Amino acid sequence: MSAVLTNPPSPPAIESPGLWTLAWRRLRQDTVGMVSLVVVAFFLMMMASSYFGIVAKDWAREKGVSYANPSFLAGAENLEAQAMAKKVAESKVPPVDLSDIDPLAPRYKEWEERAAKIAVTEVKRAESLPLGGDKWGRDVLQKVVKGSEVSIFVGITAALFATALGTMLGAAAGYWGGWVNDFLEWFYNVFTSIPYILLILAFAAVAAATGKFGKGILPIVLILGLTGWTGPYRLIRAEYIKHGNREYVKAAQAIGASNFSRMFVHILPNVSHVALVQLSQHTVQFIKAEVILSFLGFGVPVDMVSWGTMLAEAQNELVIGKWWQLFAAGAAMAILVTAFSLLTDSLRDALDPKLK
Amino acid sequence: MTAYVIRRLWQMIPTIAGVILLIFFLFNWVGGDPAQVLAGKISNPEQIANIRKQLGVDQPYWYQLWVFVQQVFTFDFGRSWSTNEEVSRILLTRVGPTLTIMIPVLVIETVLAVLFAIMVAYVRGSVTDRTIMIVCTVAMSISFLVYIIVFQWLFGFILGWFPVQGWSESFWKNLFTYAPLPIMLAVFVGLAPQLRLYRSFFLDEINQDYVRTARAKGLPEKKVMLKHVLRNAMIPILTNIGISLPGIFVGSFLLEVFFSVPGLGREIITAVNRSDFPVIKAVTVYLAILTMLINLIVDVMYKYVDPRVSFK
Repeated sequence: MSAVLTNPPSPPAIESPGLWTLAWRRLRQDTVGMVSLVVVAFFLMMMASSYFGIVAKDWAREKGVSYANPSFLAGAENLEAQAMAKKVAESKVPPVDLSDIDPLAPRYKEWEERAAKIAVTEVKRAESLPLGGDKWGRDVLQKVVKGSEVSIFVGITAALFATALGTMLGAAAGYWGGWVNDFLEWFYNVFTSIPYILLILAFAAVAAATGKFGKGILPIVLILGLTGWTGPYRLIRAEYIKHGNREYVKAAQAIGASNFSRMFVHILPNVSHVALVQLSQHTVQFIKAEVILSFLGFGVPVDMVSWGTMLAEAQNELVIGKWWQLFAAGAAMAILVTAFSLLTDSLRDALDPKLK
Repeated sequence: MTAYVIRRLWQMIPTIAGVILLIFFLFNWVGGDPAQVLAGKISNPEQIANIRKQLGVDQPYWYQLWVFVQQVFTFDFGRSWSTNEEVSRILLTRVGPTLTIMIPVLVIETVLAVLFAIMVAYVRGSVTDRTIMIVCTVAMSISFLVYIIVFQWLFGFILGWFPVQGWSESFWKNLFTYAPLPIMLAVFVGLAPQLRLYRSFFLDEINQDYVRTARAKGLPEKKVMLKHVLRNAMIPILTNIGISLPGIFVGSFLLEVFFSVPGLGREIITAVNRSDFPVIKAVTVYLAILTMLINLIVDVMYKYVDPRVSFK
């Protein structure tokens, strides 16, 4: 037999698509996921343009009458604004003449002349605004946009912080095992044995009393991040235990990759989809938490506007029939949270099709 | 089983120690010197030194930790910093109102969620199922705050079916006059996520072989669903109830704040607002211990629901 063994023709090189390419393809086919993605992207753009001052720059300007009606209710009676206007009119009545006992009386004339030189333009306050006005006549629509900046920013940064912390700790526990794992598991048990809301309030109490957590929105980000790491930790740890003994990690060890490199260069990209889904889930959870904490007064400071502070104002407004601020803040938040939750589900399905 | 329970109790010790350390670290170390908070803005150094001495914060940290451990095990956290009421008394008197609201909530919510979930799971994939799931997703994304504000305004203020807020001395009056609106709200809000979760539990069971067997031998659908499927789905449902059980002691603090229910939840919020550290420390430590105990009880109860479970 003299069969000549020829090399089989090498197959044409087809680049096999990676995890992210495949996931993106699957997500593209998911109509609900894509629509949610567009909605979430819209909110993120709104937040960014509000941050850079493109929209809602003068949200704090009192451009309408008190509790200005929304445009679609422009003709409705506004008792609060009438009362306010009456008060202003009454205050313009000339005061009682005290000139014979008032030591400043001789100078009044001079001051009046000087005041007359300064041009004062009486701002004409709008009777109605696109989505109505609040107590001080600020535009509710602009407030919602500005509020989205704070609410979404807090949600995303706190979720990033919590996921990063959980991923680091989970990676350490899962990769090293042994006493590192025992110690972190103990730490995890301690954190999860305290009811979550109580844990948040305990951190909030210390933050409020000492001011050591910083100023502005930093405390609420820290509080949510430091208490929210347990979820990602648990899942990432399980992934690292699973991947730690895989061949590709052993191969990396064989070519001399350091522990750090194996943990974060080799394994992390392979488990990052778990972290991404956690990030998305926690963002939703933290946006909701921010609203409640701000309402209770443990969240963003009073001089900032967020959906939580808007709802806090809305409680009293509803009683006198001014429902638009509640509606605007509540609806904006509901739309974002619905879209974000649906996007999270789609992301999970796209990144981990085995689950479905 | 006794051996199992003893071992579990033994395993709790490091966790309890951890909780005590965490709370101590948070309040005594990060929280630092409470004298400034307590003395208020107008105070002289003498006063501050006096308060520091009274609270023992002039002592070294190891001694403060020892005092804290003693407090935990003697149930004596001293007095509230703001009202001077004994902390143990605060805890005991506030638990009642919270449970008056939260126990009915837990019972009604679970029964309704299980019932609806089994019905929705039975017609899975249909228009009804999809509609209910979409409604649930949307309902879950509206803030709890919005629900409370609107319900309180609508049922208390506009329709006047329930008092807007309040609480009395009599248990029955509380249960039937003041509690119904908060209970209804909590059930309404809690139903959507639970319905979704329990539906997935039922769906996991409905596709199992034993269901096909039961149908094949000619059992009526009602019996298949309510006896075979329900019993098996009870295991994850029980786990879920077990997880939410410790929460009923904190109550829904938002409800308590809105409806002026003098419960633990409102007490915690007040304590956080007033920087009343002893109250928060006591509530946190005891609820953590309670959570661990409830988890143990739930694990033991598995044995009775699912005979396959064995205590290792």
